[in-house]
Amino acid sequence: MIIGLGHYLSVAAILFTLGIFGIFLNRKNIIVILMSIELILLSVNINLVAFSAFLGDIVGQVYALIVLTVAAAEAAIGLAILVAYFRNRGSIAVEDVNLMKG
Amino acid sequence: MILQAIFFYFFAGVCIASAIMVIVARNPVHSVLFLILAFVNAAGLFVLLGAEFLAMILIVVYVGAVAVLFLFVVMMLDVDFAALRQDILNYLPIGAVVGVILLIELIFGVIGWVVTPGATKAIAAPIASNVSNTQALGLVLYTRYVYFFEAAGMILLVAMVGAIVMTLSHKPNVKRQNIGDQLARRRSSAIDIVKVKSGQGLS
Repeated sequence: MIIGLGHYLSVAAILFTLGIFGIFLNRKNIIVILMSIELILLSVNINLVAFSAFLGDIVGQVYALIVLTVAAAEAAIGLAILVAYFRNRGSIAVEDVNLMKG
Repeated sequence: MILQAIFFYFFAGVCIASAIMVIVARNPVHSVLFLILAFVNAAGLFVLLGAEFLAMILIVVYVGAVAVLFLFVVMMLDVDFAALRQDILNYLPIGAVVGVILLIELIFGVIGWVVTPGATKAIAAPIASNVSNTQALGLVLYTRYVYFFEAAGMILLVAMVGAIVMTLSHKPNVKRQNIGDQLARRRSSAIDIVKVKSGQGLS
C-alpha cells in the first residue's frame, strides 16, 4: 500500500483528461470551459508538486506557485472578457464570438 | 503508512468524482461548488505530499477568490443555461474519443517512465530538512527565484488593471465627481454679490 509517484501522476492524468473532456462536452458554455481550464491547471500543479516531493527538489513548488498565479490571472481576465462581451451582446454563446472580429 | 494510503484514495476519489460533476452538472452554480470541492481535495493531496504552504494557498486563492469570482459571474449574468446545454450530446462522441486517446497516452506515460540516474545530481534546490515547508519555499523563492516572484507580481498587476479596464463602464446620465473641476472653481465664478433694493427683488 505504498503510495508512490505513479499514483499522483495517475490522478493528475485523469484530472487533465476530464478537463479536456469538459471543454468538448460544454462547447457552448464558456463558464464551464473556463472551469475545465482550471481543472487542467490543477492537474499540472499536482504533477509539479508530486515530482517536487518525490525527487526532493523544492523548485517544483516554486513553479507550482507561478502556475497558480497565472491561473488566477487567467480566470480574472477571462471572466472580465465574459462580462464585457455579455454587456455588448446579451449572450455568452461561444459560436457568436466570431461576430466580434473586424 | 496504511493511513496515508487511505487518505490518498479518499482525497483522489473525491477530487476526481467532483471533477466529473463539474463538467456534467446541469446548473453552473453546482459546477462552481463542485470545483471548490475538487480544489479542497487537491489541497488535501498537497498536504499528503508535504507541500503545506501550497495547499493553504490553493484554498485561499481558489476557494476564496477564483471560485467566488466564478459564482459572482454565474449569478450576475442572466444567461439561459438550459439553452446552452441543448445539443450537448452532439459533442459527446468526439469529446469521448479525444479524451480516451489522451488518457491512454497519459497512462502509457505514467507506466513507462523511469527516473534518469543522473536526475538526483541535477536537483536545483534540495528541500531543506530541518525547516518547515513554508520556510524552505521562502528560502529559495526570495533569493534564487526572486525574479520569478516579481514576474508573478507583474502578471497579477496586469491582470488586475486589465480586468478593471474591461469591466468599468461610465453611464452618461450618472453624475460623477470631477476633482479637477472642483479644484479649478474660484470665488469669482461661484459667487455674485448683488445689492438688492428693498421692495424690488432680483430680476
